[in-house]
Amino acid sequence: MTQYLIRRLLIAIPSIFGISIVLFTVLALAPGDPFEELATNPAVPPDVRAALRQSLGLDDPVHVRYIAWLTSMLRGDWGYSFVSRIPVDQLIVQRIPTTLYVIGLSQLVALAIALPVGVYAATRPYSIFDQIANTLAFIGFSLPTFFTGLLLILLFSIYLDWLPFVYRTNIEATGWRWWWEQFRQSIMPIMVLGLFQGAAWTRFVRSAVLDVIRLDHVTTARSKGLPEGKITMRHVVRNAMIPVVTLVALQMPAVFGGAIVTEQIFRVPGIGSLLISAILANDTPVIMAVTFVFACLVIFFNLLADILYGWLDPRISYR
Amino acid sequence: MQEDDLRGLIGRVKNGSMSRRAFVRRMAAVGFTAPMATQLLAMTGAANAQSTAASVPAYGGTRRGGGGHLKILYWQASTLLNPHFAAGTTNQDASRVFYEPLAGWSADGTLQPILAAEIPSIENGGLAQDGRSVTWKLKRGVKWHDGQDFSADDVVFNWEYARSPQVATVTSGSYRDVNVVKVDDFTVRVEFQAPTPFWADAFVGSIGMIIPRHLFRDFAGANSRDAPTNIRPVGTSAYRLQSFAPGDLLRAELNPNYHMNNRPFFDSMEIKGGGDAASAARAVLQTADFDYAWNLQVEDAILQRLEAAGRGRVNVIDGGNIEFVQLNAADPNREVEGERAHPNSRHPAFQDPAVRQAMALLIDRQALTQHIYGRGGPATPNFLNNPPRFRSPNMRMEFSVERANQILDQAGWVRGSDGIRAKDGVRLRFVYQTSVNSPRQRTQAIYKQAAQRAGIDLELKSVVASVFFSSDVANPDTYMKFWADMQMYTTTMPQADPQRFMNQYVSWEMAQRSNSWQGRNILRWKNDEYDAAFRAAEGELDPVKRAALFIRMNDLIVGSNHVIPLVMRPAVSGSVNNLRHVLSGWDQTMWMIQDWWRQT
Repeated sequence: MTQYLIRRLLIAIPSIFGISIVLFTVLALAPGDPFEELATNPAVPPDVRAALRQSLGLDDPVHVRYIAWLTSMLRGDWGYSFVSRIPVDQLIVQRIPTTLYVIGLSQLVALAIALPVGVYAATRPYSIFDQIANTLAFIGFSLPTFFTGLLLILLFSIYLDWLPFVYRTNIEATGWRWWWEQFRQSIMPIMVLGLFQGAAWTRFVRSAVLDVIRLDHVTTARSKGLPEGKITMRHVVRNAMIPVVTLVALQMPAVFGGAIVTEQIFRVPGIGSLLISAILANDTPVIMAVTFVFACLVIFFNLLADILYGWLDPRISYR
Repeated sequence: MQEDDLRGLIGRVKNGSMSRRAFVRRMAAVGFTAPMATQLLAMTGAANAQSTAASVPAYGGTRRGGGGHLKILYWQASTLLNPHFAAGTTNQDASRVFYEPLAGWSADGTLQPILAAEIPSIENGGLAQDGRSVTWKLKRGVKWHDGQDFSADDVVFNWEYARSPQVATVTSGSYRDVNVVKVDDFTVRVEFQAPTPFWADAFVGSIGMIIPRHLFRDFAGANSRDAPTNIRPVGTSAYRLQSFAPGDLLRAELNPNYHMNNRPFFDSMEIKGGGDAASAARAVLQTADFDYAWNLQVEDAILQRLEAAGRGRVNVIDGGNIEFVQLNAADPNREVEGERAHPNSRHPAFQDPAVRQAMALLIDRQALTQHIYGRGGPATPNFLNNPPRFRSPNMRMEFSVERANQILDQAGWVRGSDGIRAKDGVRLRFVYQTSVNSPRQRTQAIYKQAAQRAGIDLELKSVVASVFFSSDVANPDTYMKFWADMQMYTTTMPQADPQRFMNQYVSWEMAQRSNSWQGRNILRWKNDEYDAAFRAAEGELDPVKRAALFIRMNDLIVGSNHVIPLVMRPAVSGSVNNLRHVLSGWDQTMWMIQDWWRQT
């Protein structure tokens, strides 16, 4: 097991290295610079713009810039944002709590819907419950989040005027009022993301459980006279969870990456909105840092999923 | 009315034998508009008897504080709070909440003192007769938010800071060619290399915000970006920093030691950033969750519908920004000395004035205003529109496919079998480029349709804004290379003086390889009369004569039809009904944030 872990971690190093080269080259080849607004402003002479470009090192060759980035990254220096001139790691750290809170909760909501609904529907295939769950799941993942988001805003904020549609990080209240305000403003983005994800996962859980429920060992367990609940939990769900774990684990980096569209609609200051504004402003160090962390997380969660398999299915051994 | 009569009248207003109102009436009788007349007074110094600019309304607050919380919404979030690094409007506005310049530009293009005790003029001895220096008297008793005194040392420091190449500021263009001298603790003198009629540049408006010497002194070199005060500002303004999350939220609270009486009105304020313009408009006009929303680039029809809710109103503030089309003077499709669109080349079709005139006749500006821009884009025949004293009365706008056809027929451009006109092997087929932006693509479509009816084929091309407007020398699609037959974009006019604005067509500013396409004349247009008029305006100290020179320049460039102005782009914002603010098209949104109050 330890050997396996060490081997996997060693393999991860060249992949991370390769990813960073690809990311950096793509970003360096992309045209444009962060000074769009200066361009049409006659009060700023063009050579001032050129000097700014130079001061950010934008005119150096790609490999020089990459090596500079890599060496400082190895020293733990993430570089400076071109646009806000503050360290990139500060920018990211500032966004993490909100991202984890909103996106993390939405993933929990999705799981809380998908697991029970999926399992229950699979144990009673083609029942009324199954039909309804299926239909709703279909509707749920065919509606994109930007559409449901706007729909919810129109309904709950404009017509009913119940919920605010601008997410605020500074709620001026304490105690239960704070929790209540926090709940009111985050319920819409959480539900939009959670329901969408939940719908997709419900379908997946259902088919995974259906695959297992027909197997011989389940029939054996039934013929032994075990109670139905125990059969479902111990003999069906545990085995059906292996593909689900992969799916959920691969989704976890997205918790960090945020949800670009939904964050934009509700003005949630998460990593997703940081990424999109950095992309729009050609703020290379920030884009680089966010995508790179994202890539590392994908690799990490892949490894985590592989390890979880062993726990769920003892037949899988690590060599 | 002759210039001498005019001067006589102005003189009478100055010495008090004629009221301002009577003056404006007399001017109106001879065809001058009221704003033009007031500005003549302002320019010639007759308005300086007052301590504030004419267009700033009286402040309605009666005491400091007690106004509650002010909520402002920007769909672009501010990312840093150092005015010398602020590349965009958002960051400049956010910095302006904390920092103040010596003076700001009011809506009618006159100056309003802020940290200055008075606006320099020839009468009060602030302006040198030869136009080579301006002396600013600073307000006394102003304190930084941390309690330190504000003095002339701070002003001089800002000059040193902004012009330093190591610091690499955005504002350096306004500071590097002047010399700043401390006369005493509350007086500074800005010295120019040549007579300078436009003296209100350094230390004024968005370029002029003053940062404290005692906090930035140790960060005035290559380490400038390490300064903690870049995101934790300590300024002189009415509000001081509470918290700042870059890219999200800025919070500020009342400064109890502010240097203006009874100000500010609000106890605290916030600027929330992010999202999109349409929902920002909704949050102010329809639900009134926020008090003010900046730059509502939303279709006017939608704004009108939201306004119908009756909770808020749309503010349209005139400025000088203009959306316009350029017809390349150089040939973008042929290399001369290894360079496309070389200044020495001539565009094969656009060198014929008839083709340019036809092109100008083929765009229906009224339709653009009516169907695309609404209140956010009034049609205009002029390139230089504001302040009104610089607006030419000589240009006309006309849309007539018929006349365009007639002109082209007369000039010998004959339709070929495919319906496209040609002459001597030159076909009227043009690449028309602009940035990706929905109103622009719709304008392109309207233009293309009309051109087709006149036998001109337009090939539409749109480039992503961050590429189109980048200074990337290696990219062929930037607007400054202009490797297309025609292009369209908005150029901004951040100052009430047109000198920086009109240098876009002088021959020594041509964008070409030798200056890495950094010149301002991307049209590569050359006209000796224009050059001479610009040179004269640079040194002309008489404001009336100077205005005439700029009007002449406008007539030359627009009259050549190489530049086809389409619509003005005033600043459109939204505010709730009871908010009273002071806005200006020549300064930032927050330029008078200390005067904002709420009527109850």
